[in-house]
Amino acid sequence: MNKLLAQTRVEVTLTARRGESLLLTLGIPVLLLVFFSLVDVLPTGTAKGIDFLAPGILALAVMSTAMVGLGIATGFERSYGVLKRLGATPLGRPRLVAAKVASVLAIELGQFAVLIPVAFALGWHAGSGWPASLGAVLLGTAAFAGVGLLMAGRLRGEVNLAAANGLYLVLLLVGGMVIPLTKLPSGLRSVARALPSGALSDALHGALTKGLSVPARAWVVLVVWAVIAPAAAAATFRWE
Amino acid sequence: MPAVEVEQLVVRYGDVVAVDELSLTARAGEVTTILGPNGAGKTSTIETLEGYRRPTQGSVRVLGLDPIADHHALTARMGVMLQRGGIYPGIRVGEAARLFCALYDHRRAADELLELVGLSDKSGRTWKQLSGGEQQRLSLALALAGCPDVAFLDEPTAGLDVSGRQVVRRVVRALADEGTAVVLTTHELDEAERLSDRVLIVDHGRLVAEGTTAELMAKGAGHEIRFGAPAGIDITTLGARLGGAVVEASAGEYVAAVAATPENVAALTAWLAENQLPLADLRAGRQRLEDVFLRLTTEGTESSLPTSRRRR
Repeated sequence: MNKLLAQTRVEVTLTARRGESLLLTLGIPVLLLVFFSLVDVLPTGTAKGIDFLAPGILALAVMSTAMVGLGIATGFERSYGVLKRLGATPLGRPRLVAAKVASVLAIELGQFAVLIPVAFALGWHAGSGWPASLGAVLLGTAAFAGVGLLMAGRLRGEVNLAAANGLYLVLLLVGGMVIPLTKLPSGLRSVARALPSGALSDALHGALTKGLSVPARAWVVLVVWAVIAPAAAAATFRWE
Repeated sequence: MPAVEVEQLVVRYGDVVAVDELSLTARAGEVTTILGPNGAGKTSTIETLEGYRRPTQGSVRVLGLDPIADHHALTARMGVMLQRGGIYPGIRVGEAARLFCALYDHRRAADELLELVGLSDKSGRTWKQLSGGEQQRLSLALALAGCPDVAFLDEPTAGLDVSGRQVVRRVVRALADEGTAVVLTTHELDEAERLSDRVLIVDHGRLVAEGTTAELMAKGAGHEIRFGAPAGIDITTLGARLGGAVVEASAGEYVAAVAATPENVAALTAWLAENQLPLADLRAGRQRLEDVFLRLTTEGTESSLPTSRRRR
């Protein structure tokens, strides 16, 4: 327990210390949330932009932390030999993975503690599906962490950095987070719904929009990614 | 029982043989140094002991454990210093020490660890703000966090300045005195000579000599006198005077094949004085480890000539 706690504390401290990770996990989501709810340019369809934006930005926050933040940090730890060095200590791989999971969840908690009040301050009328949201966030976290680690475990530090950022931008655009999936061309829309980004934002929109519920398809997609991506990462991960 | 026992270890990467039937032992309370030129297989050997690599052939035991099968049990009793890196670039010195100490049940205090390597006043610096030498010292300190029974240090003095080297020597000696089996690698002869109780000289993945530094240096000692003088002196006359052959090994570097007795040294210097020749350098009796090393490894010879690879 001591070891897990010490490792988790270091993971959280180092993430919070990196300026670029703060920008990614808090800066960009807050900026997008505030900007697009004040400037009505997005084709959000519904009467109020914030009611669409808030769940989408929560999905973005999960993707930022679990896929990009975790993936980039782990990729660099791998190329700096940190994972190799920790492998020679009694920490052990299960505890290292547990510490990373715990730190991702702690950071997400911090993101929600900022983003949700900001969204309410911007006039968000949230639905009541908080338990379903929690489930979707946990599944989404597992799925995105799997994707991030899949890249981090194979690509060189800088290549991984570029790949994670590139994927982030693509999924931001086609993930239904700021632009509704219904506005995408139908072929692209089907692909987007099969991705963890589309499924998570569908699920959060369903749970947190009044009068809607989570589509079954979103649950299925999330569960599949939450199982397959971490398994693939575990199977292919290179520790040095 | 030796702390480390390696028998007929072979490590192969594809077609490249990094370690070739190497056997070695290291005992508790001793500093055992694996000395060899770059590419001799030192890191491959030590990483096999640490459990990072699977032996292609042969057997490896560390504290009686298999480094891979019993890895977790071994980690609690093993200290490791990698050749480079291994630490979060953004972590502060104090945080790194506290983290590593927390990972061991039987552990040193973080403050003591930093004190030991002279980094107490750098506790608030991050790893990337440290100089190369300070990074090496922190990396060494972290290897000691768990009061290890066996410590593997890969090139602990590489890139260190004089004071850094002294810190490493002192820490390594203290560690061995506590009863830890210290195994380190180096390609620097001086360091091997100063740090080690026992030295294993490896080349091309094979063990070419082993023993205490005294034993290695005594090998073949006393049978020649080496000296420096102007090039082209009359070696025939000098040889007749000394009663043994004198050869000019390279321009201005001579080897006289006579016992390194005070009489012979006196005869040599007297002859030089008579002929008004300056004496640039004189070495008689004990050799330095460097001489042994150069004789046994390919370094300093034309490795393109296979026949001259191992001069004996």
